[in-house]
This record gives sequence, C-alpha cells and structure tokens, in this order.
Amino acid sequence: MNLLFEPVGLAHYLVVGAILFVTGVVCMATKRNAVGILMGIELVLNGANMNFIAFATPGLRADEGLSLGLDGHMVALFVIVLAAAEAAVGLAIVLSFYYNHLTVDVDEAEELKG
Amino acid sequence: MEAINWHSCFFLLFAILSCGFAVAVAVSDNIVRMAVYLIASLAAVSGLFFLAGADFVGAMQLMIYVGGTLVLLAFGVMLTARGPLVKIATGGGQWVLGAMLGGGLLVILLQAAFSVEAWQRPEVTPEVAQGEDLATAAPLGMGMMGIRVDQLDETDTVKRGGMSGYLLPFEIVSVHLLVALIGAAYLARARRPAHLVQSGDGGKGDRRPEGGDR
Amino acid sequence: MTEFLTHYIEPDWIAHFLVAAVHCGLILGLVVMAAAAFTWAERKVAGRIQDRLGPTRVGGRFGWLQSPADGLKLLAKEDLVPAEADGPLFRLAPYVSFCTSFAVFVALPLSNDWVAQRLDASVFFLLAVAGLEVFGVILGGYASGSKWSLFGAMREAAQVVSYEVPLGLCVVIPVMVAGTMNLVTIGNMQSGWFVNWMIFHDPFMFITFWVYCACAMASVNRAPFDLAEAESELVAGFLTEYSGFRWSIFFMAEYASMLAVCLLASILFLGGWNGPVPITSWLGLTHDVHPVAGFVGDLLGFANILAKGVLGVIVMMWARWTLPRLRIDQVLTMCLKYCIPLAAAMFLGAMGWTYVIRGGLSDMDEPTPVVQSGQSVSLANHQEGGR
Repeated sequence: MNLLFEPVGLAHYLVVGAILFVTGVVCMATKRNAVGILMGIELVLNGANMNFIAFATPGLRADEGLSLGLDGHMVALFVIVLAAAEAAVGLAIVLSFYYNHLTVDVDEAEELKG
Repeated sequence: MEAINWHSCFFLLFAILSCGFAVAVAVSDNIVRMAVYLIASLAAVSGLFFLAGADFVGAMQLMIYVGGTLVLLAFGVMLTARGPLVKIATGGGQWVLGAMLGGGLLVILLQAAFSVEAWQRPEVTPEVAQGEDLATAAPLGMGMMGIRVDQLDETDTVKRGGMSGYLLPFEIVSVHLLVALIGAAYLARARRPAHLVQSGDGGKGDRRPEGGDR
Repeated sequence: MTEFLTHYIEPDWIAHFLVAAVHCGLILGLVVMAAAAFTWAERKVAGRIQDRLGPTRVGGRFGWLQSPADGLKLLAKEDLVPAEADGPLFRLAPYVSFCTSFAVFVALPLSNDWVAQRLDASVFFLLAVAGLEVFGVILGGYASGSKWSLFGAMREAAQVVSYEVPLGLCVVIPVMVAGTMNLVTIGNMQSGWFVNWMIFHDPFMFITFWVYCACAMASVNRAPFDLAEAESELVAGFLTEYSGFRWSIFFMAEYASMLAVCLLASILFLGGWNGPVPITSWLGLTHDVHPVAGFVGDLLGFANILAKGVLGVIVMMWARWTLPRLRIDQVLTMCLKYCIPLAAAMFLGAMGWTYVIRGGLSDMDEPTPVVQSGQSVSLANHQEGGR
C-alpha cells in the first residue's frame, strides 16, 4: 500500500502504538538502569495513549459512529497526568535507592531476597 | 500524477521518527543518549496527536511529558549517572529473552490491529487532512467540568446519563497528584549519601555502603 | 497564497513547499533580525546604564554594524569540541535550543491575520514549545563533560521546571477571562481604547501581569535569574565549553525566546496588535472595507505588537544591568514561596471578579463560552473594534 497517496487508517496508528508499546516492554525487561526502566514505562504509556487518540478520531475508520470521541482524549489526558506523577514518584524512589546504594543498577536491589 | 496525501505523508514521517527513536531507546546502553532518543520519540508522538486531530492532547503531551516529565528524568540521569555508571550493560541472555518477549507481543498486537476490516482505511479523507481548524480545548475543558458539549444531541437518556463528564475523575486525579507530589518530595528529600555516613551514628543513616557483606 | 500558487505551478507539492518555505523564511527573518538588533541594543542599553556610550565606531555613528561584525568574528572562530565531551550531543544542543525557540513563532500571531499556523490551543502550544528550550541547555551542559557546565544544566533544569508552574498559572488567568485559548481571539477581544486591554480588566489581572513578567524573565534565563550561566560562580555555566558559531546560536535562541515571551505578554495583557487608541477602526483599515486597507491595518498592528515586544525586551535588559544575580536557593524560594501562591491567589481573585462583576472594569463584552443546544461551544469570535 502506497502510504504517500492513500489516506491512512486507524490500523496504521495502532501499529505505531504497538511498536511504542513493545519497545517500552523490551526496554523495561532488558535495562538494568532504574532510570532506563522508567523510560520504558513512559514508552509503554505513550503506546497506549496513541491507541486512545487513534480510536478517538472519527475520520480514521470506516465505521465512524463507533469512535470514542472526546472520551478518548480525556483518558489520554489522564494518562499523561498520571504518568507525570508516576515519573516523579519513580524518580524519588530511584534517588533514594541511589543515596543508599550509590548505584542505579536494579540488580543490586536484593536485600529482600530470601 | 496523483495528489499527495499530506496527512499520510506527515503520518509516515512522524511514525518513522517516533518508532525509530523508540527502538533506539530500547537498544541503547548509554543512559544519556536514551533520554535524548526518548525526547525525540515523544515529541514525534505529539506530532502524531496533532495529526490525528487531538491538538489539546498534543500540546499537553509536549508540555507535561516532554517539557516536564522528561526534564525530570534528565535531571535524574544527571544526578545518578557519573562516569562508569553511565553505561550498565545488559547481558546477552537477557537480550534474547527480551527480544523474544517483544517479538511475540508485537505479533499479537499487529494481528489485532489489522484484524478489523473497518480499521484499515477511512471511508472518506479525514477532516484533519483538509486543514480545518480544530477545536478540542473548549469541549475538553467543559467535559472536565462535567458538561459534555459534544454529546448534547444524544437522544438516548440512558446513554447521556452514562457520559456525564469527568468532574469526579478530575478531582481524584488532582488529589492523586498532590499526594504524589508530597510523597515524591518526602522520598527524595536530601539525605546524606551512604558513603558519607559515619558508621555507628545509628538510626536511619546507618546503612551499609555498597559492597557490604552480601 | 496556496491557491494562487497551485494555480500556476504544476505539481501541487512544489507549491506547498514554496508556501511553507516562504512562511518559514519570514519567521526566520524576524527571529534573526531581532537577535541581531537586540545584540546591538543590549550593548547600547548596558553602556548607557553604566554611564558609557556602548559601541560607537563600527559602521558609523551609533555602531549599528556591531552585530554583523560580531557575527563575522564568531563565524571565524575555531569550533572546539572538548575531548571529554559527548561529541554528537554537544554539537546537537544549540540547534535544539534554537529550533524550539523558533518553533514558538509558528503559532504566535503577529497581527490580526498574520499567523503562520492557526491553532485553537495556541497559548498552550506556545508555552509547551517554549518549555522545550531547556533541553538544549541541559544537553549542552551535560554533553560538555565539564563540571561547571553540569552545574549550570542542573540549575537550569530545576529552575525552568519550577517556573513553568507560576508562568502557566499567570497565562491561565487571561485565558480564563477571555474564555478561549486562541491567541487571535484573545487579541481581538482587546480592541478599542487601551482600557480594553486585559491588564486593565481587573486589579488582579494588573498584579498578574507583573508576576508574569518576573516568571517570564526567569523562564528565559535572563538576569537576575541567569543561574545557568552565572559567570561569577560557574565560569559561564552551560556555555563554558562553547565557542564560535554554536555559542552564537545559543544566544540567538535566548533573544528569540525573550522576544517570544514579550510578544506573548503583549497579546495576553497589553492588547496585542491593538494600539492604545483605536485608530485603525477610525480610519476604516479593516478587511471588510478593502483588502489593501486591511493589509495596512495589519501592518499597523504588527508595528504595534512589535513595539510592545521590543519595549518588553528593553525592560528585561534594564533589569539585567540593574539588579544583582540571585542565588539558586533565592530563585527557587521566589518561585515556590512567592510567585506560585501569588499567581494562585490572583487566579482565585480574577475568577471571583469575573463571576461577580461580569464584564470587568472596561465593560468588555461577555466572552465566556456559550453552550447552545445541539451546538458545540461557540466562542466570541472577532469582536468589532471601537466601543
């Protein structure tokens, strides 16, 4: 399909969302740096947001009446706001961890292992 | 020559940017570079939001996410990344596991995305592509206040009762933010780093420095 | 213009690119000219304040060729990248700063009809993009691999993230009174005599304006808030390792964002492109009368808003050469303990004022969004000038 001349559909936006989500998950799974894991979380949330916005846009799909409309935008806004809170708390935890262990390598956090 | 569809063109540009930088975040080992790639990726995502007609959400993404959250993350990177700590390499086995997990997830998600025929392409050219003025800020604001100006022509009273705005979630989120703010400030308040704490002064600061008797 | 060009130029996309290029060129011209003029003005203002003459020799009487001469000198300087630096990021950082401060002008209306991209949430877009400029500074500071640069970058991060809150609050107040985030509409609401300007809308708005001034100065890193640079403590802060052309790009970005916040202030508080006296409506210089008359009116409006913006920038220079630099803890104290509570109180006050005394002092037309049955929000668009 030639993307330069034909209109994109909802599925294309969903593909972008899926790629963002998957890279975020891979990032969370493979990074040992705690800040890197936080970044993975941001990517995952953005992938989800991408889907919300795509589903909220009526012009992107053949069955227009079923789009989320304003609700999708609203949920995306809440996700963005909560992501900010999550980043602040997550970063505070990371800093606290750093003060105590002098590293941000999450593999070092093993005091609670039995 | 067929007319170029600008919506698709810009979609392609922003999609390639956001996905490319997202992949770069995942594969990079240098935490500072990761932060830069993440900024680029999220900025491109906000471009996609603008493209999809969500101008307010796009601006919000730029302001809160890119301008606020990521500055915070960059701040965290600068506070914690010193010399050798910039790079914490990931083992090969973890990469294989991560790639397998990611690949499986991607296959499932892509299958879901392309499974519905109606999602493949729009019936008409999207309004956004025709350069119409978007106005989502005011309806969104009214929605936050509990008035759904976009649903006023909904005749079904049951449905209208179900979409009575977002005043309560808005309040909950604001209280949540306040709690998060106070909690973060409490957690991150300046304590003396462990390597400066004299052993034997007791209390909270008496944690063993790195490389204790593990 | 797009229609005109697509009529004559065969493949559509070339015409579109041409139009986009013209728009970009106009904005870039404005930004670069402004930066050059402000470099010269800064020297003159500084000179006068310190009882000197400033540049007098280069290019005649007032030293008006000083900026091109400076530019030539900077271009000819060696472009150094320190061995410890993170090369690509170090090279990228100035352009990040400049691009973001340039992108601010995309949604900034410069006259009634002169705006590159009409956005419904243009105020918000402006604030969002203006907040991104900090990344150039953080990147540059971190990538330099020098402790002074790193200190500068960290101060910048702390300062900008903090000052975004009171700045946003101050901007929200006129937006709330106007009932729209569209800068073109906000500007047109203030047409007529100068009492229609937002700053004279109510006493709270008057105080808000001054809070905005302080926060804007802090958010663009001007003295007395230029902690990221702080040459008395940090050598030159994030700029320590930069030289030549990259350094000058950082400066262009600074002057561009100074002009941007001043233009935003003049649209939000000082009537934007409406002069103190409604001359344009007396003379009939509107698009309804004749396109040429409308163009002349727009030109007058552009002169108006530019005069206000330049005045704001000169006030910033005045502050820089008059006030001593604050310490970082004083900067953050001022933001968190004074500006935010004050802005929040003004927000409540302005809200109460618009609730109790609907139109405000200046008998402004009711601008709140009207919800009609079956319609989306209709905004008070394009009020007639002159009441």
